[in-house]
Amino acid sequence: MSQQYMMKGNEALAEAALRAGCRYFFGYPITPQTELSAYMSKRMPKIGGTFLQAESEIAAINMVLGASSVGARVMTSSSSPGISLKTEGISYIAGSDLPCLIVNVQRGGPGLGGIQPSQADYFQATKAPGHGDLHIMVFAPASIQEIVDMVGRAFDKADQYRVPAMLLADGALGQMMEPIAFPDESEEKKLPEKPWAATGTKGSRKPNIINSLYLNPNKLEDSVRERFERYEKIKENEVLYEEVMTDDADLVLIAYGITSRICKTAVNMARAEGIKLGLLRPITLWPFPEKAIAKIADHAKAFMSVEMSMGQMVDDVRLAVNGKCPVRFFGRTGGVIPTPDEILQAAKDVLASVGGDK
Amino acid sequence: MAKTTINADRCKGCGLCTTVCPKKILQLSKTVLNAKGYNPAEIIDMDSCIGCAMCAKTCPDCAITVEK
Amino acid sequence: MAVVFEKTRGLTDVATHYCPGCGHGIVHRLVAESLVELDVLEKTVGVCPVGCSVMAYDYFNCDFIEAPHGRAPAVATGAKRVLGDKNIVFTYQGDGDLAAIGTAETVHSATRGENITIIFINNAIYGMTGGQMAPTTLPGQVTQTTPYGRDVKTAGYPVRVCEMLSTLDGVYYAERVAVDSVPHINAAKAAIKKAFQNQIDGKGFSIVEVVSNCPTNWGLSPAESMQWLRDNMLPYYPLGVYKDKDKGGNE
Repeated sequence: MSQQYMMKGNEALAEAALRAGCRYFFGYPITPQTELSAYMSKRMPKIGGTFLQAESEIAAINMVLGASSVGARVMTSSSSPGISLKTEGISYIAGSDLPCLIVNVQRGGPGLGGIQPSQADYFQATKAPGHGDLHIMVFAPASIQEIVDMVGRAFDKADQYRVPAMLLADGALGQMMEPIAFPDESEEKKLPEKPWAATGTKGSRKPNIINSLYLNPNKLEDSVRERFERYEKIKENEVLYEEVMTDDADLVLIAYGITSRICKTAVNMARAEGIKLGLLRPITLWPFPEKAIAKIADHAKAFMSVEMSMGQMVDDVRLAVNGKCPVRFFGRTGGVIPTPDEILQAAKDVLASVGGDK
Repeated sequence: MAKTTINADRCKGCGLCTTVCPKKILQLSKTVLNAKGYNPAEIIDMDSCIGCAMCAKTCPDCAITVEK
Repeated sequence: MAVVFEKTRGLTDVATHYCPGCGHGIVHRLVAESLVELDVLEKTVGVCPVGCSVMAYDYFNCDFIEAPHGRAPAVATGAKRVLGDKNIVFTYQGDGDLAAIGTAETVHSATRGENITIIFINNAIYGMTGGQMAPTTLPGQVTQTTPYGRDVKTAGYPVRVCEMLSTLDGVYYAERVAVDSVPHINAAKAAIKKAFQNQIDGKGFSIVEVVSNCPTNWGLSPAESMQWLRDNMLPYYPLGVYKDKDKGGNE
């Protein structure tokens, strides 16, 4: 059995990134992700990597743009207000077809908001991570072990599709400690070749240009359409989710990240009372598990999206269900974490209101 | 003996070369329009050219070649 | 006969989109010639800005990265930290890009002493968007957004970039040059070449500020714009070396 460690989410994420071959980190301090930067600042110099505390989130994401342009496996991390500052750079990175990893350890908003866990950046991550027609892959781990397992995958998928990846965590996952084991590291991580990178022509090829500017509208449309073809492949091949007792469920909860774990407790409590509650946990938020939800909608009586927000993912659930049955919402916001009891009570209320057989 | 060649297609007719030529042997053509619609620079007295390349060094469009 | 002057292979054959008489073309040539003469063109990565020189990647015969507005020094920092001594990384930026929206990136790449080269074009105006006030627009200068002349009471004073950056310990070399005359162009070439040589030698942050013209948005002929530059810009932006650690710090 591989070695077990007791680690804080932020630090485990950083260590997993190092083990995935990331040697470049550019960031700016912000609660509740600061331990991630601090861990990088301690470890990077010891392994020949680069940690740089930038003058701003804006500078940090553009350092990521520069490092990715020359072929590096590179990441940055921040929390909600800082991600807002990065959106300019994320749009350019996406428009230049550059891979990278962006971590958002979400806190309450809007504005300066608070520093407690939140899931109120779902819209930003999945709908509008920057201006223009674009998507980024969004991974939503629910445990520190899953963070550790997911970081390498996020880097690899970003490289494979030349699409930036975001790991969307929250203040709870960043700050809490859990026992973990790192993936097998017996073989040294081999990173893919990047012949498109701007590393100097060496006199043997035409210049490589990393660019998102197309003044010819037809060429711009071509480039966007080509990118959307890759998005379609991602939607076909990269959707991840977990189902808990959905087969016979009358009401299916949809929850991601730390909230999904509270929902699991609520499901178990409900089942103990004979109430047929189930859970679908999206692990990728973009692409969203819309087909899996649509399939469940054929037999479930209702869905309830549970989020630490005023209701964002619920829109995607409604789109996936497409009117087959009612879709309700339960959420707490501003850094308030919902309890299993209140989720169960909300589920009972929904079941009472929808009633009847399907 | 020197020879200055102006690439009339590249020239944008800005006239900076005419202002720096110590021999004043450059002018903007009054009769020629290039494909971009500019009156390109032309040399009116090649024999007087000393090959100093002042014109080429001030040309923003690298439209001038100088031989000596 | 031998060739005394011809277009450098450091530039592509693409005709630039710059207006007739624009100094960008001259500075492009000086940069490209320097890279060829120093034998580093094939290992150079340029970073272009947003502004008139946004498409510089079409004109230089080397790898290029297009940066968001003002972020070129941050992009260059990321690239150089990865590439290290193997490559040359430079930014080419205008005054709005470098001294307004990108001030933080400029100042902090400078104070970190990043081993990059910055070519900074100061023509006292926003060219690409049609002639608005720049951070370097002179007091009293008429632009589209200072139609009554720049009033320092409401629009503030111009930023003197070389003077400001020369106060930072991280800056190795800062010089201001101009392209209004052949002697000044020759001096500009020497400064640009030195700024790249500094990077090759691993000395650190070098910036060359090039006082240039914008005939179109100044509303002058190319020849008149060069005279206006001499009469108005050079008194406010004196040419010279503002910092050179080769010579023991500030001059």
